[in-house]
Amino acid sequence: MNEMKEAASSCNACKQCAPLGACIAFKGIEGALPMLHGSQGCATYIRRYLISHFRETMDIASSNFSEETTIFGGNRNFNTGIDNIISQYHPQVIAIASTCLAETIGEDVQRLIYEYQATHEEVPEMVFASTPSYQGTHYEGFHEAVFATVKTLAKGKASDNPLSLHQLNLFCNLISPEDIRHLKEIAADFSLKTMIFPDYSDTLDGTSWDSYQRIPEGGTTIEAIENSPWAASSLELGYILNATLTQSAGEYLQNAFGVDNFRTGLPIGIRESDKFFAQLSALSGKVIPLKYQKQRGRLVDLYFDGHKYVSMKRAVIYGEEDLVVGLAAFAAETGIKPVLCATGGESGTLQQTLREVLGDLYSEEIIVGQGMTFEAMEAAIHDLDLQPDLFIGNSKGYYLARKLDIPIVRAGFPIHDRIGAQHNRLLGYEGTTILFEQIVNTLLEDKQRKSSVGYKYM
Amino acid sequence: MTGFLQDRKSQIITKGKGNFDLIGGKPSIAGSVSQRACVFCGSRVVLYPIADAIHLVHGPIGCASYTWDIRGAMSSGPELHRNSFSTDLREKHVVFGGEKKLYAALVELIDKYQPKAAFVYSTCIVGVIGDDVQSVCRQVEKLKHIPVIPVMAEGFQGTKKDGYKIACDAMATLVGTDESKVISPISINILGDFNLAGELWILADYYKKIGVEIAASITGDGRVNDIQNAHRAALNVVQCSGSMLHLAKTMKEQYGIPFRKVSYFGIEDMSDALYEVAKFFGKEELMDNARDLVKEELKTLLPALEPYRNALQGKKAAIYVGGAFKAISLVKALRLIGVQTVIAGTQTGDTEDYKLLKTICDDGCILVDDSNPVELSEFVKQTGADLFIGGVKERPIAYKLGIGFCDHNHERKLALAGYEGMLNFAKEVYETVCSPVWRFAL
Repeated sequence: MNEMKEAASSCNACKQCAPLGACIAFKGIEGALPMLHGSQGCATYIRRYLISHFRETMDIASSNFSEETTIFGGNRNFNTGIDNIISQYHPQVIAIASTCLAETIGEDVQRLIYEYQATHEEVPEMVFASTPSYQGTHYEGFHEAVFATVKTLAKGKASDNPLSLHQLNLFCNLISPEDIRHLKEIAADFSLKTMIFPDYSDTLDGTSWDSYQRIPEGGTTIEAIENSPWAASSLELGYILNATLTQSAGEYLQNAFGVDNFRTGLPIGIRESDKFFAQLSALSGKVIPLKYQKQRGRLVDLYFDGHKYVSMKRAVIYGEEDLVVGLAAFAAETGIKPVLCATGGESGTLQQTLREVLGDLYSEEIIVGQGMTFEAMEAAIHDLDLQPDLFIGNSKGYYLARKLDIPIVRAGFPIHDRIGAQHNRLLGYEGTTILFEQIVNTLLEDKQRKSSVGYKYM
Repeated sequence: MTGFLQDRKSQIITKGKGNFDLIGGKPSIAGSVSQRACVFCGSRVVLYPIADAIHLVHGPIGCASYTWDIRGAMSSGPELHRNSFSTDLREKHVVFGGEKKLYAALVELIDKYQPKAAFVYSTCIVGVIGDDVQSVCRQVEKLKHIPVIPVMAEGFQGTKKDGYKIACDAMATLVGTDESKVISPISINILGDFNLAGELWILADYYKKIGVEIAASITGDGRVNDIQNAHRAALNVVQCSGSMLHLAKTMKEQYGIPFRKVSYFGIEDMSDALYEVAKFFGKEELMDNARDLVKEELKTLLPALEPYRNALQGKKAAIYVGGAFKAISLVKALRLIGVQTVIAGTQTGDTEDYKLLKTICDDGCILVDDSNPVELSEFVKQTGADLFIGGVKERPIAYKLGIGFCDHNHERKLALAGYEGMLNFAKEVYETVCSPVWRFAL
């Protein structure tokens, strides 16, 4: 299915542009204020899109290109933008991502940063991710920003304070704030001193405030990122990550500083969570804490209780590539048949990764679609007579599920039509428990709703 | 006021303090974190509700993705507008140009969906990479025999307001290209209602009751053929004048159609709109009908509003919306339910609009142009507002600070226009302001 007929037009994309992903990652740096180098609209659209998902304040600056800027270059706007960010926000870090316009007119943002730093005193740290929206998706933008942040801030000199050093760099991927908190809890239970990056668990899921926090509290500290070369190892969650990037953050730390880099998938489902917990066990030299063994046991018990409700159900799974791999791995082990695994991404490795991760549960009948739009998914469902029972993915697929009159279980990003996207849990045995219950109950609800009897026991 | 930008001084005033006018229409300052969008956004929101046209965004995927089904603009028929079409430009197109892709995309979409017209929006990089969008549109128009209209809305070429004008110019190319529709001599075009939550249908019903027909609704529940015939209506009735006044002026110049500026929010403005239209046609019967309608509506509405007014008396509101006329209507509508406006700001008002806004606000009200989260949150604290009326970007400011919020932007699902809209509005304000949850606010 990788050889889908390429349409000239895209209808209802299953992706967003790269700068959006970069902004999410930048929100995970403590004291950071993101700036997009380009037109005002990019920042505003992305803010609106992210607010509808996270329901948190989303201050993202713009260098506000005008016609003059586009002809003569963005130097002046860049400097004014930085000046005004500093005077309004006093950030520790200004995290800059480029847009298609800046990249097309050939803006050299690294040089603009260098010149600003050379001519000003007490300048905040500046990080730059090149994220033209004509390259990759929001997922690549996210990973580009993770990489750029680590590359810029990981200084390579030993910290003065050995107590501040951590053992593990955990690159957690694009997950919900609640899942970030869960990963932190797990790492702490293994007594692993961990830097988790990007940590937007507080900045994008904060408490109520007495007064406006111009930069919300929380995030991975600069010091922790600076010290990342001194960790014993890095662990990256996701097999595919950013296919357009020559190296990931973990690979960079390995190549530049010799930090051992490990990868597991997003720990969704029992088998992928087992791999993750085994990895942490190996890195920490500790057995898996009883708490998680019990969680696993309860999840197995739950699978047994629920298996008949999901067995042979045909699911369409879509979203970012590593999320699709995780959800498909989970679905397959519960007896759900993934019939279409679709993504807007174009790494070229999704099918192979699915084959490897699903192992004996992989079926050659699974349609794997990269560079997919929702319209292309609809066509595939129709033309190939996939007869799905269920959608698992972000809320943008809702309209299609509605059209097909089948239920949708919302997972991933974005979730624009429900409250609580920031608490959407998928990871670990506990996250999987919540996901599995949600899927079973959604199917039961659908069955009850469509039944003429109105059963009280299901 | 700590940490406000000095360069924005002329864009913030307090009524009753000094004798300054609020200056509008200035470009946003880099790094200010403006709540404004871009030229593309302005064009896109105005044309969006035209439901039987293809709206193709020529550029990388972001601009199309972020505007997919972005407005609650309802259609009574086709729903092509609710799709997000894009040429999804990639690096190779940036290097070698995107014209061929645009041509192929247009042909493909027109063949598949059989639209009545196609609007092609240029985004930021289109001009820079040298694509001749106008020429491609002309070629496809010739081939497919439907209007294919370039909307030259590169994001950086001004503000959202410039985008409105570009959208109006795009529609002006359609107006007057057909004569086939039967149009009554007592008919109007409704300009600047976007049929959010079916509001247009409420208004159309009122107009019908007083004896006035709607020739074209531009653009709520919009149809290409209605717009093509719009030059034959007797009057253009313009709401949201920031976005649509330009089209009304163009139609006056080209076809001699007079226009009236109205608003449909609040009892006063809604009634004035009906009287204004009745007066225009100079028929006593229409005026009588309008009076009867207003009387009838108020007979049920006023008592229904009473409990809300009693509960809300003395509450304070912050308003930050797109255009100044909406802000003015809101100040009046809030006053009617006992709520005082303490902050009134807009993204796109001009200096003249602000003079009027200032006149109707109370002393002490902060007026602001092109504001940002830092300022708005500070104003909320200073004034002790109980309620914020804005769009999605303002919502977290309100909720984080523990005050009520009403969406008066694209995404609302509640009709706020007309008499029933006023009751919905009062109810919504009450539901948020008087919720028990605020007792937990810090």
